Amino acid sequence: MTEADLNTILPEIVLSLYAIAALLVAVYSGKDKLAGPLIWITAALMAVLAAWIGFAEPGTHLAFGGMFVDDGFARFAKVVILVSAASVLLMSRDYMMRRGMLKFEYPVLVSLSAVGMMMMVSAGDLMALYMGLELQSLALYVVAAMRRDSLRSTEAGLKYFVLGALSSGLLLYGASLVYGYAGTTLFSGIIDAAGEGQTPIGLLIGLVFVMSGLAFKISAVPFHMWTPDVYEGSPTPVTAFFATAPKMAAMGLFARVLFDAFGGVTQDWSQVLALLSLLSMFLGAIAGVGQTDIKRLMAYSSIAHMGYALMGLAAGTAFGVQAMLVYMAIYVTMSVGTFAFILTMERDGEPVTDMRALNQYAKAEPGRALAMLVLLFSLAGVPPMVGFFGKLYVLRAAYEGGLAWLAIAGVIASVIGAFYYLRIVYYMYFGEEGETLDRGRTSMPWVFLMGSAAVMLLGIFNLFGVEGAAITAAAALVN
Amino acid sequence: MTVAGLAFYLFAISAIIGGFFTVVARNPVHSVLWLILTFLSAAGLFVLLGAEFVAMLLIIVYVGAVMVLFLFVVMMLDVDFAELKAGMAQYLPIALAIGVVLLMQLGIVFGDWAQAPGAEAARAAVTPDGVQNTAALGLLLYDQYFLIFQLAGLILFVAMIGAIVLTLRHRDGVKRQSPFAQMMRDPAKAMELKDVKPGQGL
Repeated sequence: MTEADLNTILPEIVLSLYAIAALLVAVYSGKDKLAGPLIWITAALMAVLAAWIGFAEPGTHLAFGGMFVDDGFARFAKVVILVSAASVLLMSRDYMMRRGMLKFEYPVLVSLSAVGMMMMVSAGDLMALYMGLELQSLALYVVAAMRRDSLRSTEAGLKYFVLGALSSGLLLYGASLVYGYAGTTLFSGIIDAAGEGQTPIGLLIGLVFVMSGLAFKISAVPFHMWTPDVYEGSPTPVTAFFATAPKMAAMGLFARVLFDAFGGVTQDWSQVLALLSLLSMFLGAIAGVGQTDIKRLMAYSSIAHMGYALMGLAAGTAFGVQAMLVYMAIYVTMSVGTFAFILTMERDGEPVTDMRALNQYAKAEPGRALAMLVLLFSLAGVPPMVGFFGKLYVLRAAYEGGLAWLAIAGVIASVIGAFYYLRIVYYMYFGEEGETLDRGRTSMPWVFLMGSAAVMLLGIFNLFGVEGAAITAAAALVN
Repeated sequence: MTVAGLAFYLFAISAIIGGFFTVVARNPVHSVLWLILTFLSAAGLFVLLGAEFVAMLLIIVYVGAVMVLFLFVVMMLDVDFAELKAGMAQYLPIALAIGVVLLMQLGIVFGDWAQAPGAEAARAAVTPDGVQNTAALGLLLYDQYFLIFQLAGLILFVAMIGAIVLTLRHRDGVKRQSPFAQMMRDPAKAMELKDVKPGQGL
């Protein structure tokens, strides 16, 4: 351990120390009264860290003997994670405060979970991978059960915890097999062991277990069962958090393991990923059709979107990774906007998640309805919006990677999935007359909803430079 | 067979027996006791490997603290284990099927046992000459694995926050003792001496 090592992980150290300090200050002074200001401070710190990481000098730095990798890929993922976590914190502040749910531990847990995610995308070792993953997940289990007086919330937390522990078990089992056959937990060592000539079959079985564990974290089919219940049961701000930053982190970790540790046996994992991707796209599209709860619908939507992101990875090329990163960045932006809208859905002050409550919403709130329309079109992948270019990107990557059948399946699934997004639009514009929702106040969620919708329209010119960053990031990972 | 070899088989067999009975024992308290036997045998295996520190850790932390805690939990929580096991019969076929698949996979793995070249050398972590076992472990933990060690600390920190967030309830209207207020009480203000005349009362 040297000074250089510590300098490399400085952003993580700063965020952890902040979390500890914030907890101490809040416990010994205002307790929950401090929660509101803490959210602002946490979001500001995350934004500063994102800028710091984003404008850091390019290049690859290894720390702690290769256990921690700070390269373009990690920096791209970290910026997405930090920015989305900060946005979700800001837009949920008002919602939580009005319902008396805001505890000072919430921003602290979110910061610690962000530290875990940053470790995940920078992991260069199986042990560092596991530690980051657990730090992230443990904090998420707690925030899912945060509303302990609500049966649904505690059920969501418990379910997430038990199934999460199971997936961690699978992952650890795989990791132990990989360690046993490769003799090292360092990714740089595993790639040597897996690359040269005949790969030991134990290593491959270990890889499959590790992939199952990770597929659980990104809720890819057939490891998706927890997603709808947890999304529905958790408090809406927490659901919004689940749908954004952790997805990016788990996807980043997935790519990290596959390329850094198993980059030499691409054809072995590519077929597994292609299957996961195919199943996720179709299940997400078909099972979403029958949903009436908008949070459950977003759960199936996220499953389908993970399928598309996996399609990029399955291509196994640098272009595929680039497509995955662009897709994830777009997906996270869309999710932030959509959840900003869901947070404002309420009737007589009570939150509503039934889609049919949106009947005739466009008459009462034309501005918001239009923004939501743009976001839904983008989620569905309708051409002028950015979401379409994200899909186009991964489809092209799959086609160029020799997975033309997967690309065709992706187009079909996308058409099926468009149904449920368009149905919300139908409710908003042509639904029956009925009880309408409260008129929303102009507040933080409004800013994020409008901002996100604007990005979906304006981003078609150059994707705000995300493309260039993704090219650099993918080049850093695949070489 | 050398004494070490004999000891190895003794510890190994008792570890397996302990593990087996942990699963099949009907009484949960017996399960915990069998688990303690397993841990003790594992500790013996560590001693044979020359890792005395880990062996002592296993006994002190696992047997001494964790298992005793387990015993308390098992005895204090009134869990109806017979009822829990009743659901087992329903899921047993699926569990067996998965078990068989896993076993077959393991069979394939061990049937095709081939390690990556150099795996053996990379895995070995021998104590350097002239350094004690404990010191060597400390050198690894606080230098090479410093990052992971600190992360483990953070995970425990999150677990602690989580336990408090999810269980601590502040009740209103509960009288709490405040030592500071008690000490700062002034006898002159707290008490009033009245001179009560006989036969008159206050």
